[in-house]
Amino acid sequence: MTTTGLHVVGRSVERSDRLGHVTGRTRYTADRTFPGMLHLKMVRSPAHHARVRGIDLAEAERVPGFVRAFTAADVPHNRYTILSLIGVEPEDELVLAEERVRFQGEAIVAIVAETEAAALEAVSKVRLDLEELPAVFDVEEALRPGAPIVTDWGTNTFMYEGHPCRRVRLGDVEAAFASADHIVEAVYRSSPIEHAPTETTGCIAVPEPDGRVSVYTNTQALYFSLDNTAIILQVPGNRLHFIGGTVGGGFGGKVDVIVEPIATLAAMRTGRPVRFVYSRAEEMLVSSTRSAWRIAIKDGVMADGRIVARQVTSYADSGAYSRQTPYALTKHAANAAGPYTIPNVAIDAYCVYTNRQPTSAMRGFGVTMASFAVEVQMDRVAERVGLDPWTVRFINAYHEGDLRPHRKRAEDVTLIETMQAAATLVGHELPAELRAMTSAPRPDGDGGPAR
Amino acid sequence: MTATIVAFRLGDRDVEVMVRPLATLQSVLREQLGYTATKEGCRQGGCGSCTVLVDGEPMASCLLPVEDVAGHRVATLETLTPPEGLSPIQEAFVDAHAFQCGYCTPGMIAVATALLDRDPVPTDAAIAEALAGNLCRCTGYRPILDAVRLAATRRAGGREDGR
Repeated sequence: MTTTGLHVVGRSVERSDRLGHVTGRTRYTADRTFPGMLHLKMVRSPAHHARVRGIDLAEAERVPGFVRAFTAADVPHNRYTILSLIGVEPEDELVLAEERVRFQGEAIVAIVAETEAAALEAVSKVRLDLEELPAVFDVEEALRPGAPIVTDWGTNTFMYEGHPCRRVRLGDVEAAFASADHIVEAVYRSSPIEHAPTETTGCIAVPEPDGRVSVYTNTQALYFSLDNTAIILQVPGNRLHFIGGTVGGGFGGKVDVIVEPIATLAAMRTGRPVRFVYSRAEEMLVSSTRSAWRIAIKDGVMADGRIVARQVTSYADSGAYSRQTPYALTKHAANAAGPYTIPNVAIDAYCVYTNRQPTSAMRGFGVTMASFAVEVQMDRVAERVGLDPWTVRFINAYHEGDLRPHRKRAEDVTLIETMQAAATLVGHELPAELRAMTSAPRPDGDGGPAR
Repeated sequence: MTATIVAFRLGDRDVEVMVRPLATLQSVLREQLGYTATKEGCRQGGCGSCTVLVDGEPMASCLLPVEDVAGHRVATLETLTPPEGLSPIQEAFVDAHAFQCGYCTPGMIAVATALLDRDPVPTDAAIAEALAGNLCRCTGYRPILDAVRLAATRRAGGREDGR
């Protein structure tokens, strides 16, 4: 690659925010304050799964400093638009709960008050009449007949074009298993992971004299958040002015656009600035996590280390709602065979609903756990056939133009060169035949899996 | 719940604040005095982003009743910043790229300042020990350790690449 004419690549560039960060002058969302600012706190479900029979606000309204409570009936379009904004349906998560809550911590009533202490006091005085329902917390239990159903559409899976999972098929895995020298099978599991940004998720919505609302937010997705809020509030986008870009840690945890709609609604209805910033407990227990995954891989392997068939069955725990997890499974299915050219592949990737905290984007979501499972599997394959783990990766690696299981050709492939560089960096001496390899197109044809 | 007046020294200023019992130094700094360099990450003493110096010692301001600093010296990142330019520790944080999102930086600089005042040429282990209570969720710990070492080396007039 040539760097001629490039101004930034290959050079160290000073960050424009460096002086703000080292002097403490960078203004994060919660560093701002406005005259008359109200504080918003949520009444959240103490139950994992329950029918909401009644909400009694009488005692909360008597708390000194209480200003206003909002319930589902106050929200013009009471549904988050996280999926439809990326062209996926159906939307399933309500801004404020209606007849049912599906995870512990789900928002039911929003209260704004003069001080944070008054808001918390009023929240504690709201009486909820909940009828607890059976709950399910495990992806495989959620798929068994008779399991409590979390969604509104009657199954605990997201439906992909009529299928309960995202499917990828290439060749014939069963025939290849039958003729393989070895079968290597394993199941890989991961727990949910919380992004835990040091700055918790939050925003401040400020009504302006011209009828617009300024929203200071630490979202990672400013215009996505604006669109979502405009649809939920049923106002034109040009009534909202979103100000952001300063994020005290995100890692994917601040793309769920959950706090802005209700804070903006409260600001419009009260005519006053409204601050809604998660406590650390809310960040840990309510905001999205990375999904828990269960990934089963079955490989058919020849004695020389070539993988001739790979079957992957994956379950991601979406928690109680979709957020961005259905999309994560599509990304997962495209990558679950790893960066290896395997002629026979079958992938079933399930987005499963349970009564757990919703899950969503986090650093490479959908792909990170696929990589973990596939790479541990590659070591197991190497062990089974008695080859060095580097060798097994090199001989199965993509070459330029190879056909991937979802029918895309691999482009700009540098996997072999990257592994060679990695070996050098860790001081591992590769055998001469691996050092001589390149990612150049396979000599024997059309770039398809030439096996 | 009678309010009282608490007086303390904040950098080179004398300040007086009227507070209810158990108001934290963090809330007084941020909400009453507008000193927002002191961050709020957990309000339970777990993350270190609210660290300030009291008589030169690092303290979690989210757990510190402001009455406890009456008559004492408090330093925040605002007061540790010279009127012009940057302190050597701040310069070292810039030069070592010792921040990503920047949210933990005020606490890190407070701890580094206290360490180098007490131990001008700390060992790597002493630097790591001093920073152990401060979380960087961007996980950029190595450049932070490098920055503290760089600041110590510069203050000692040594070679910047030497250890």
